[in-house]
Amino acid sequence: MLLLDKNYFDLLQLPRAFSVDERALEGAYRDLVAAVHPDRFVTDSPEQRRLAMQAATLANEAWRCLRDPASRAAYLCRLEGVSVDSAARAGASAAFLSEQMAWREALDEARLDANRLMLESLQQEVRAARDKAVRDVADLIDARGDFEAAARRVGQLMYIDRFSEQVDEALDDLS
Amino acid sequence: MALLQISEPGMSPEPHQRRLAVGIDLGTTNSLVAAVRSSLPEVLEDEHRHALLPSVVAYGNDERITVGAEAAARAIADPHNTIVSVKRFMGRGIDDARRHRTAYRFTDAPGMVRIQTRAGDKSPVEVSSEILKVLRRRAEMSLGGELYGAVITVPAYFDDAQRQATKDAARLAGIEVLRLLNEPTAAAIAYGLDNGTEGRVVVFDLGGGTFDVSVLHLSRGVFEVVATGGDSALGGDDFDRRIVEWALRETGLVQAAEPDPIGSALSAGSLSAADLRAMTVEARRAKEALSDSTLTTFSCPLSDSSAVRLPLARERFDAITADLVSRTITVVRRTLRDARIDATDAGSVVLVGGATRMPATRAAVASFFGRPALSNIDPDRVVAIGAAMQANLLAGNRREGYDWLLLDVIPLSLGLETMGGLVEKIVPRNSTIPVARAQEFTTFRDGQTALAIHVVQGERELVSDCRSLARFELRGIPPMSAGAARIRVSFQVDSDGLLSVTACEQSSGVKASVAVRPSYGLSDDEIANMLQQSFSSASADRDARALREQQVEADRLYEATRSALDVDADLLTESERAVVESLLARLRETRLGTDTDAIRHAVDALARGTEHFASRRMDRAISKALAGRRIDQID
Repeated sequence: MLLLDKNYFDLLQLPRAFSVDERALEGAYRDLVAAVHPDRFVTDSPEQRRLAMQAATLANEAWRCLRDPASRAAYLCRLEGVSVDSAARAGASAAFLSEQMAWREALDEARLDANRLMLESLQQEVRAARDKAVRDVADLIDARGDFEAAARRVGQLMYIDRFSEQVDEALDDLS
Repeated sequence: MALLQISEPGMSPEPHQRRLAVGIDLGTTNSLVAAVRSSLPEVLEDEHRHALLPSVVAYGNDERITVGAEAAARAIADPHNTIVSVKRFMGRGIDDARRHRTAYRFTDAPGMVRIQTRAGDKSPVEVSSEILKVLRRRAEMSLGGELYGAVITVPAYFDDAQRQATKDAARLAGIEVLRLLNEPTAAAIAYGLDNGTEGRVVVFDLGGGTFDVSVLHLSRGVFEVVATGGDSALGGDDFDRRIVEWALRETGLVQAAEPDPIGSALSAGSLSAADLRAMTVEARRAKEALSDSTLTTFSCPLSDSSAVRLPLARERFDAITADLVSRTITVVRRTLRDARIDATDAGSVVLVGGATRMPATRAAVASFFGRPALSNIDPDRVVAIGAAMQANLLAGNRREGYDWLLLDVIPLSLGLETMGGLVEKIVPRNSTIPVARAQEFTTFRDGQTALAIHVVQGERELVSDCRSLARFELRGIPPMSAGAARIRVSFQVDSDGLLSVTACEQSSGVKASVAVRPSYGLSDDEIANMLQQSFSSASADRDARALREQQVEADRLYEATRSALDVDADLLTESERAVVESLLARLRETRLGTDTDAIRHAVDALARGTEHFASRRMDRAISKALAGRRIDQID
């Protein structure tokens, strides 16, 4: 099949870059998945149905990977032969680690006291850090092409994303 | 004068003739079948003009199996042989089944629980297939022809075992499943197409035995499920049970402080199975009465010729069921969080399922979302109607202005057991299906040649808190030092939400075999046995059935290939085309005979001979979709 040997950017006919036009991305995914979805091939031969499942699976995976900034950036690094996992292990900076420790302590404390205000201010702080990380990654990949440095920052971005979810959950638990 | 054309038996003369496809809502309390006729969906009725078929199956002492209202009439007199709410036991083991506090006698069987009846031990799959057979007959009578296939709805929160059980029941009833469709998604289709709704839609679906919430995004003909949540063991039945428990306490049949009134009354002998069934039936009536009035009388004769008579006010009913309602709202809150929206972001809120008629449920939903919810399509019928629309589309009856795309998700995360009884999630919940994901694992000990793989479904971190789906063993790994082997485990979830798992050792290039043993659900052998038992044991009948199945498969492949050639024949060279034509001719010829094996061989030959054609057709579909975009972007 045509799809199998293409990277996700080529597959969805988008420029291979961190900055994406979200509407173009969504539109390309929708058009592709609509054309290959198994629902379009229900009355076809078993082989045709199998190929449809394979193609739709790939379209879904491309969409999932490219829509989220952290996974899109990790994918771009991987295309350049740089693994985010090993970069993250090698390059956790002391400053980042101590920031993480402070956040975690704040989250535990706010949870314990059911302190909504504290959680909301933590949520704002984490969101700002996330926006900053996304900007840094964009700069490292699109402007500098420094994938080693980008991979380290992506590792941090992923960490921030996971922590951000925990803060959101803690806030939900209060309501 | 033109001669009349007579087609060969089984081969449709016109490949594009309308295929008969229906939507089936296989519900806990009631089941329905619907179809699109002259472009409008309608629920099909039986000869007494009843649309709802009570999901009740009775095994009579005359070896007769009755289904529906007639069976329901026997429910009190013959509780052990009259099965109600069987959906609650689909794909479930004996421990789950006992939790429901019913009067059935269960048999523990590997895989799924069995219910003891005078007709023998029945699996929930067999019982469900009796309901499906009645609906199939109703549809074929009503539509005047053999069914091409059906879309069967399942609760969105059904796990893999429950979905597989539903598909097996259809197979047992001789129904080709075009797709398993999630119930809230079916309802969203019915509402979306009816009202032309766009934007975010939240579907609140409280049925007889299951509860689902789905958040969808509707835009330009795409129904995209963003998140789904639920509780596959919460429904109207639980509200009935609360009334029974209340009545037992009020009458002093059990101590007021007794935590399990039904269980203790049954085991103390103060309540017979027939009494429990009678009280449950009366509880449902009382619950339904309280949707229209604020006071009713719970009145039920018992087998010792005494009677229970108690006034029940709506206020009291609301109080004894308040925690059930608040459980639904907790699930709604969690699902909105998964969808990353607030209550105020929901464009419309839709009520589905008979249990949403309860005023307390409506009030709770309205207060959570800050506005009343929609229920203008009958909540008992909306799922079947949506399923019929989808079935009509899938069967190939799409056309300009009647076309849409459905993107659904898996409700529960899928993962593997790792060291220490922990779960490694492979496919997270709310992933759009179909989806595939793979993960690499390695060996723990030097020289390890086998690896036990345990597939689980659920959100918790401990294996013991998740549902076990299957256990695999990967054997024949070449001896290596610990951590050197690279075992890739791949999960594939298809468009029905059904999972298949494969495992393979990578570094050595040795393909090791995979043995599957389903923890829940039925094995293929069991299904084959049931199929045989459901027909006469005479081998002539079995052969006739095997022949019929093979003929159906031959017809489907023949028709599919013809239709494909009509559109895409130019993808084949002349000589390739000639080969396909000769395979088609051979299939057509063997199809006329009665040699099952010969037909199977001809089907296989055509399938193999058209693989490259299928691949080119898919490439063309992809190129077209992408080419279309390029032109769009130039504009």
